[in-house]
Amino acid sequence: MNLKNLSGKWYFLLIVILIYVVLFFCNYNLFLSAGNFFFNILKKIIPVFILVFVLMSLTNYFFTPKFISKHLKEKGIMKWVFVVIAGIISTGAIYMWYPLLADLKDRGLNYGLITCFLYNRAIKIPLVPLMIFYFSLKYVLFLTLLMVLMSVVQGIIINELMEVK
Amino acid sequence: MKENFLESVFKSAKSLYNTLPLILGTILFVSLILVIIPNSFYVNVFRNSFLDPLIGSLIGSISAGNPITSYIIGGELLEQGISLVAVTAFIVAWVTVGIIQLPAEAMILGRKFAILRNLNAFIFSVIVAILTVLFLGVLA
Repeated sequence: MNLKNLSGKWYFLLIVILIYVVLFFCNYNLFLSAGNFFFNILKKIIPVFILVFVLMSLTNYFFTPKFISKHLKEKGIMKWVFVVIAGIISTGAIYMWYPLLADLKDRGLNYGLITCFLYNRAIKIPLVPLMIFYFSLKYVLFLTLLMVLMSVVQGIIINELMEVK
Repeated sequence: MKENFLESVFKSAKSLYNTLPLILGTILFVSLILVIIPNSFYVNVFRNSFLDPLIGSLIGSISAGNPITSYIIGGELLEQGISLVAVTAFIVAWVTVGIIQLPAEAMILGRKFAILRNLNAFIFSVIVAILTVLFLGVLA
């Protein structure tokens, strides 16, 4: 692998590994403690990541961007319901969705609905097992419900602030 | 159909592979920080129940990346004794406020909208955190 082709995240990993290498020579006890801590976390989360991978594959298979944008044209209350669902099931980096949202805005999707969509992207179904692992099922359920509710409240507020008729 | 499913599996594997250096780097980094910094430091930073969610939201807002990272950091901080309200504000702001993406969002969806949306998301991350912890407290 050419060093010039390395992206920021690989540089980040290399720098952290380098810190560990320095620690190995300068402070072996600290190196051991941090290393143990690292392996303990890794051991705990590997099974969760396998489940995350399965859920990600299923989400990618059933919910494509084409499928989502097709249904974003629903009317009335259903529009909000679909925007919430679309936000939750949408995958990929956020900036990949900006052009599509700008296009849909030109075709009648108002700012409130865009806000609602973007807020619900924070709810990641494939990552739920990892969240439950760290924070409990009750916590995840309540936080998710609250975020869905608040996404609609925020959408309404943004519509008011942007003076959407 | 079989090809489409294999394509989805490949896409997911690629997506996880792309986040792998970030996840490993974060776990390594968090492990080091949690070993170096004594618990008393966190207790001193997060000692005001009124400011806790605000500090959590601020840190979450200026951070960016895969939510997996925020869950790992948040979960480990929680185990170190940081309040649930601060950790919740942190993970909610991480995924809903996008200071790093703000220029792109402003350029494509409009400056006024991008600023208002992010400001709103920041305020709501604090509200959501407080309500979550209050509700869980009532249930407990």
